[in-house]
Amino acid sequence: MRWSMVIDLDKCVACQGCSIACRFENNTPVVRPDEAIKGRAIRWNDVFPLPINPNEESGEYPNVKTHYLTRPCMHCDNPPCVKVCPVRATFKNEEGLVQQNYARCIGCRFCTVACPYGVRYFNWYEPEWEGSLAVYRNPDRIESEDDLEGPAVRPKGVVEKCTFCIHRLQKVRAHASDEKRAFRADEYIPACVQTCTGKARFFGDLDDPESTVSLLAKSPRAFRLLEDVGTHPKVIYLKEG
Amino acid sequence: MPEQRINKHESSILAPLRGPTNGDRLLWAILVGLVGLGGYAYYQQWTSGLGVTGLNRPVYWGVYITNFVFFIGLAHSGTFISAILRLAGAEWRKPLTRAAEAITIFSLPFGVSSILIDMGRPERALNVIFYGRFQSPLLWDFTAVSLYMFSSVVFFYLSLLPDIALCRDRLTDAPAWQQWMYRLLALGWQGSPQQYHRLERVLDGMAIFMTMLVVTVHTVVSWVFGMTVQPGWHSALIGPFFLLGAIFSGTAAVVIVLAVLRRVYHLEAALPVSLFNSLRKLLIVFTLGWLYMMVAEYLTIFYGSLSEEMAVFWQKFSGDFAWMFWTMVVMVFVLPLIIYVFLGKDRIGWMVTASVLVNIGMWLERYVVIVPTETRPRLLYELVIGTYTPTWIEGAITLALFSGMILLYAAFTRYFPIVPVWETADVVEEAAETTPRRRWGIQRAGTK
Repeated sequence: MRWSMVIDLDKCVACQGCSIACRFENNTPVVRPDEAIKGRAIRWNDVFPLPINPNEESGEYPNVKTHYLTRPCMHCDNPPCVKVCPVRATFKNEEGLVQQNYARCIGCRFCTVACPYGVRYFNWYEPEWEGSLAVYRNPDRIESEDDLEGPAVRPKGVVEKCTFCIHRLQKVRAHASDEKRAFRADEYIPACVQTCTGKARFFGDLDDPESTVSLLAKSPRAFRLLEDVGTHPKVIYLKEG
Repeated sequence: MPEQRINKHESSILAPLRGPTNGDRLLWAILVGLVGLGGYAYYQQWTSGLGVTGLNRPVYWGVYITNFVFFIGLAHSGTFISAILRLAGAEWRKPLTRAAEAITIFSLPFGVSSILIDMGRPERALNVIFYGRFQSPLLWDFTAVSLYMFSSVVFFYLSLLPDIALCRDRLTDAPAWQQWMYRLLALGWQGSPQQYHRLERVLDGMAIFMTMLVVTVHTVVSWVFGMTVQPGWHSALIGPFFLLGAIFSGTAAVVIVLAVLRRVYHLEAALPVSLFNSLRKLLIVFTLGWLYMMVAEYLTIFYGSLSEEMAVFWQKFSGDFAWMFWTMVVMVFVLPLIIYVFLGKDRIGWMVTASVLVNIGMWLERYVVIVPTETRPRLLYELVIGTYTPTWIEGAITLALFSGMILLYAAFTRYFPIVPVWETADVVEEAAETTPRRRWGIQRAGTK
């Protein structure tokens, strides 16, 4: 299997529901406003307008044309971050997901400077949650000896990133095996895809030619970010038509 | 035929080894204080996290990584002077080899420390050994730098051996611990012609190895940047450019160190002005070489004008980093070239001035290579704030690293001869011996 996400920009209403769902699903640390101003906010899934700084070409109010883009980790087939990691704390698994092991990461931040998409985040301090936020954290985690992944609370000084909610994959696989049946690709859905208001996000197996993502990837509207860099992202966008 | 070595500067070279003065103690106390301040700053960082620095997203690397590159570059002084000039048969290098090699020995540990200081989880540093991936340029660095450190220490120690034996034989009035140290470190060196012959052969052999290491180490350091796809870093020239800068700043550092040693320890005779004149010629070549690299790098970028490359280019030439970039150009190239060419001959003061400028400028150059690229990421740089202001923590730690290096260097010169006595001695036949007092190395009955 080769997991992939398709985002139809025609359907995206820029509600930022994906960002919020992601944050609560994955226990993304909240940072103080003064830290956010310094550029230390952690947003595994970011939503932003295009152009970021409106200019003459984007028109004047009320005749403006604004686009929005949402950006999770691209889970590249040729990931620049994985290449440079000195300790295999980040790696691409056999199903094409780029994983991040908080227990092994040495915090050198080589992956963060190597990623051309800027989707990798660093824990500058010990993560903190205030009040009820601390109580309602997602208890899911991927943990074994020398491995800590997914929504597990990160120690300070390590890198984190979008995992395509890999803990959900683990759960549905375990569920299928409990029921002694084969696992189906459509059982696995990341939180952002599940929550998407405009149903703009699709998720599935790119190796299956009949899957929704495979069919959408063939659309003439399909494009990927920074295709010329040769990273071969598995997040595929459908251009606004 | 037995030989003996006579060095007419021996007594002046050994004079500083009569123990630290009050001035030394004051200097050392100040340096220890600064190291302590850095230690306190690091304690803050250790307990709170890297958030106490000015680093952010996307400027993940800043002053610490700049220090790393700078210290490793500084370390190239010794190896360049001792290994490359040894192979080239440049005999003039001999009096300054040890002073240069000592820079290597004492700056490398601070380069390595800089990497550890920059890490988010320094206590996991050994993961690099347990789980090391050789596909990562950081592993190339780790391997090259540790090998470089190990072989520099061996190279340095071997060439120090005959002089430790000299200290053992000469400094009989030194404190007991010091004499014990010399006896231990001299490894029973007797100074026989066979021993000298063997030593020279080993040093020649190692010089070949060290020359390869010099090239490898700094190229690999640059590849930490060059192997990524980031604009401004992803350039084939980055390796040679870093290497030239390293040797350039290293050689300039030798000028500074020599001038200080000469003045403080009254080594005017042992370290003649001609040494500075020889270094001056090298430095002129390096200054011009730097211009060549600079033009080759930036003209190519400008002419091709790929938009993501140009975003970084303008950051340096007219953007946020312009003041730093142009200061760097003036300090590394314009002023040094004028001084080295027109003012430096026979004038140590001018040589030192230019060399100080080169070293500050070279630190700025490392910074200007590293940070502007991060402020202009390839994808939508407007999204990020793209500024970086180092905090006092980073400043204090940097100051501590430099203080630590000077401290080790200063202390070393009080216990070991900083001008190699045996290498600068005249070798004469045994028959010519008139004053047995002059002979050293071989313990003979009746001479002691």
